[in-house]
Amino acid sequence: MVMIAALDRKMLRDLARIWAQALAIALVMACGVMTAVLALGASRSLELTRATFYERSHFGTVFASATRAPLGLESRLSAIPGVSAVALRVVQPVVLDIEGMREPASGLAVSIPAIGEAPVNRLYIRSGRLPQANRSNEVAVAEPFAEAHGFKPGDSFRVIISGQVMTLKITGTVLSPEHIYSIGPGDMVPDRRRYGVLFMPENVLRSLAGLEASFNDLSLTTTRNADLRVVRDAVDRLLEPYGGRKAYEREDQTSNAFLDAELTQLRSMAVVIPPIFLFVSAFLVNMILSRLVALEREQVGLLKALGYSNWAIAAHYAKMVLIISLVGIAIGSVAGLWLGRGLTRLYANFFSFPFLLFEQSLDLYAIGASTAVLAALLGAVKAIASIVRLPPAVAMHPPAPPTYGSYSLGGFDPFSLFSQLTTMALRNMLRRPLRLFLTVLGTSFSVALLVTALFSYDSIDYMIDVVFFQSERQDATLTFSSDLGPDVMPAIRALPGVLRAEPFRVTPVVLRKNNREVKLAITGMEEDAVLGRILDESETPVPPVARGLMLSERVARKLGVVNGEQVDVELSEHNDRVVSVPVTGTVIGYVGLAAYMARPELNRLLRDGEKISGARIDIDPGRLDALYAVIKETPAIATVALQNISRDKFRETIGENIITMTTVYVGLAIIITFGIVYNSARIQLSERARELASLRVLGFTRAEVSKVLLIEIAIVVLLAQPLGWLLGYLFSLAVVKGFESDLFQIPFVINPPTFAWSSIVVVVAGLASAMIVRRRVDHLDLIRVLKTRE
Amino acid sequence: MSGAATIEKTVFRIRDLSKHYETGDVVVRALDKVTLDLFEGEMVVLLGPSGSGKSTFLNIVGGLDQATSGTVHFRDLELTACNERQLTRYRRQHAGFVFQFYNLIPSLSARENVALVTEVAKNPMPPAEALAMVDLEDRMDHFPSQLSGGEQQRVAIARAIAKRPEVLLCDEPTGALDSKTGIVVLEALTRINREFGTTTAIITHNAGIRKIAHRVVSFLDGHIASVEQNEKRIAPSEVEW
Repeated sequence: MVMIAALDRKMLRDLARIWAQALAIALVMACGVMTAVLALGASRSLELTRATFYERSHFGTVFASATRAPLGLESRLSAIPGVSAVALRVVQPVVLDIEGMREPASGLAVSIPAIGEAPVNRLYIRSGRLPQANRSNEVAVAEPFAEAHGFKPGDSFRVIISGQVMTLKITGTVLSPEHIYSIGPGDMVPDRRRYGVLFMPENVLRSLAGLEASFNDLSLTTTRNADLRVVRDAVDRLLEPYGGRKAYEREDQTSNAFLDAELTQLRSMAVVIPPIFLFVSAFLVNMILSRLVALEREQVGLLKALGYSNWAIAAHYAKMVLIISLVGIAIGSVAGLWLGRGLTRLYANFFSFPFLLFEQSLDLYAIGASTAVLAALLGAVKAIASIVRLPPAVAMHPPAPPTYGSYSLGGFDPFSLFSQLTTMALRNMLRRPLRLFLTVLGTSFSVALLVTALFSYDSIDYMIDVVFFQSERQDATLTFSSDLGPDVMPAIRALPGVLRAEPFRVTPVVLRKNNREVKLAITGMEEDAVLGRILDESETPVPPVARGLMLSERVARKLGVVNGEQVDVELSEHNDRVVSVPVTGTVIGYVGLAAYMARPELNRLLRDGEKISGARIDIDPGRLDALYAVIKETPAIATVALQNISRDKFRETIGENIITMTTVYVGLAIIITFGIVYNSARIQLSERARELASLRVLGFTRAEVSKVLLIEIAIVVLLAQPLGWLLGYLFSLAVVKGFESDLFQIPFVINPPTFAWSSIVVVVAGLASAMIVRRRVDHLDLIRVLKTRE
Repeated sequence: MSGAATIEKTVFRIRDLSKHYETGDVVVRALDKVTLDLFEGEMVVLLGPSGSGKSTFLNIVGGLDQATSGTVHFRDLELTACNERQLTRYRRQHAGFVFQFYNLIPSLSARENVALVTEVAKNPMPPAEALAMVDLEDRMDHFPSQLSGGEQQRVAIARAIAKRPEVLLCDEPTGALDSKTGIVVLEALTRINREFGTTTAIITHNAGIRKIAHRVVSFLDGHIASVEQNEKRIAPSEVEW
């Protein structure tokens, strides 16, 4: 017992001596544990919160909409095997006119049962009460929208619903599982101020929308074992005569899909980043421990001679690694827990949850901690084995001097090009190619992390340029309550401040090719369009071809079609009539799933004359207020999307996210760089103290002697750059691919400054670490070093 | 080969040189008021038991260590008044060192170890010439790990003399060697002393070596116990090990 305690004391003193290096490793490890706990913790908490909210609110599992279906279908819908509850609703887009707000806002009016709670998608009341069925001017509004305007129960605002202007009085604020993430028309991120969801009694909304005894939207819940595909097909069959659009499941429900995308991102962060840190920490443990056992070789020989077993000695060093790991795990867990809660709150703020449940999962810490310990021990194994294997008599002898050879290339010695100091540095590196490679690889991870964090600026900038400046160049997009005839265009052009107006037509369809199908809307475009342009894959604006369909790259890929092939187009609002149309082009589309046609061709296909769904307009900025005032009073306009405001909101939201992310990644990259550069320089210094002291005795100055170490660090940091760029490129590509969904795609763009900045951060961090070690070179004790035998 | 050294020029003038270390409450007087002159071209052997102060003396004279008090002049340069930078320049230009453990750079070949010094010295001899002086012209492209202890020490000597130093300071140069290789190393040292007139100071435990020197300085407890002039020097091959 006493003997073991003595060994432990040695271990603790050894640790105290190398505290800075041990701490550097612990920090790298902490980053790994932190990102795992943070990302997994936040994703689990969000998932738990979402699942609980969904369950308590009876969130639907299948959704569908129709043009006008009779309420009498309810019994047949309920009778579909597997269906447990059905909610038949009226959902209407609305224009909102809020006092003090210059531009019009849009919204969605959703019906709720006149009496009792909704069987599906129950609302969570946050303040006040639900509107009463016998009052036609009462409304409950989504809490985020109310908060953005400072609305309280009792306040009122004006809306245009189905062409009727009315003033509504707020009775309460609510949250709905359907609108955890709610995004307005034309927007790329939620804007709580300009988009609001309103809930009104079904009898009131029905009569406003002219849908007496009918519904245009349904949501249903199913039993646990229901076959959702069968349910969907049954719903589709029932709705078919009533302009039914294809039923879809939760995974395609917009709000839920955005949440899924976010959760996927969090989970992939937990999968990708921690292993990088654990790998680096394992490497650092290996490096430091190898050196330590080399220095303590004779002590180990002595311990063995005294009768300590191999196990006791191995355990002695393993304990040291364990202590470092525990410190790293402790720091990482606390930081991860703290930041994880912060992140979850941030998400909860971004998404609208009525409550927040933190998943307290001990297994998460157990997994994080054991992985970290395992990684560290793996790093230690080789070093410990090397010393344990030595017989005591051998261990007590000094190791054989390191061997070097000349590197001759066909009689030419490449080192003759360099000074002796540089040659020393180069040969030393080449003697341990694996260590060199791992040091370079580790450092390159810092560069790669930074590239991955920073490239999003480039991609988003590019995306903004393509979407807002090349493709959707209008100032605003007006969408009509229903498709109108061609005579509407002169009226639109006559609106105050409208400089140019381009009509478009939109119709929902299902595209099919072989066994694959994609649900989307075809947009009919003008041939001489200036505002809404179609961009081909090389970003060149192209007019819509007279015949055929142009698909965004993702749609073409999903369907597996190439130019010239035919696809079946099922016209959802035209009795599901199916026509065969050739694919005549592939175009750029980042938001949603896009398909374009020439408007005359679309009209021809739909066989209902020339129709217009809305218009893109260019506005004289000086007459904006006049235009807004008219739009707010024009019932035929269902929604208004304002490009500039959407773009600014998008920039602002994405900008905030990226700044947070960049800060975190810069921190992580600095920790990796410091961990690697500082530790390898310290090891170098320890291994080569004698050489460096000899140089000092020979009359080399401190600066010259430091150069030998600094050359090596410089070469490692330099080699790490191209490798880091490559890895960063690949990581970024993976991020883009991982992000890709039907809702959203990010273009893959990395500009040269991104690589440059990533390198600058790592080079500066490397330089700073090197300077710390340089100071130690300055204080080398020449006499002591030279008089001792290595 | 006798007392002629006394009338030659003084290379080192050492007056009341002291070096004290404080370890806790105890003050260790490693050197206590040592006064000595070393002359141009002379070979001096410094004898004494462990801790007698001879290494401390050599380190201060070589510009590797600072004195507590007293003065050391190297010609007109007062070493005891030099700062770190000036001491570095002094070592670079004037002093050559040989240590018990060779201290060669393992990643440089014999020739490159010598070139390390000749590349920065003012008036060096070519590395090959320095190695020839210690009979290693055949082993120039070997790395330290490929050389025997005696060979490594001779490379260290070649490295020390390649810059044509005025003083050569050797701390136990044969301490890690057997008698046969020790003699070869001593032969190299006497040859350099004779041919270049390099003032040479050799620390040794081995009293047998004393007879190859012009003078023998014996240290005891930080003092100089005696200074003897060798009436008759012997060749290294005659040293009784």
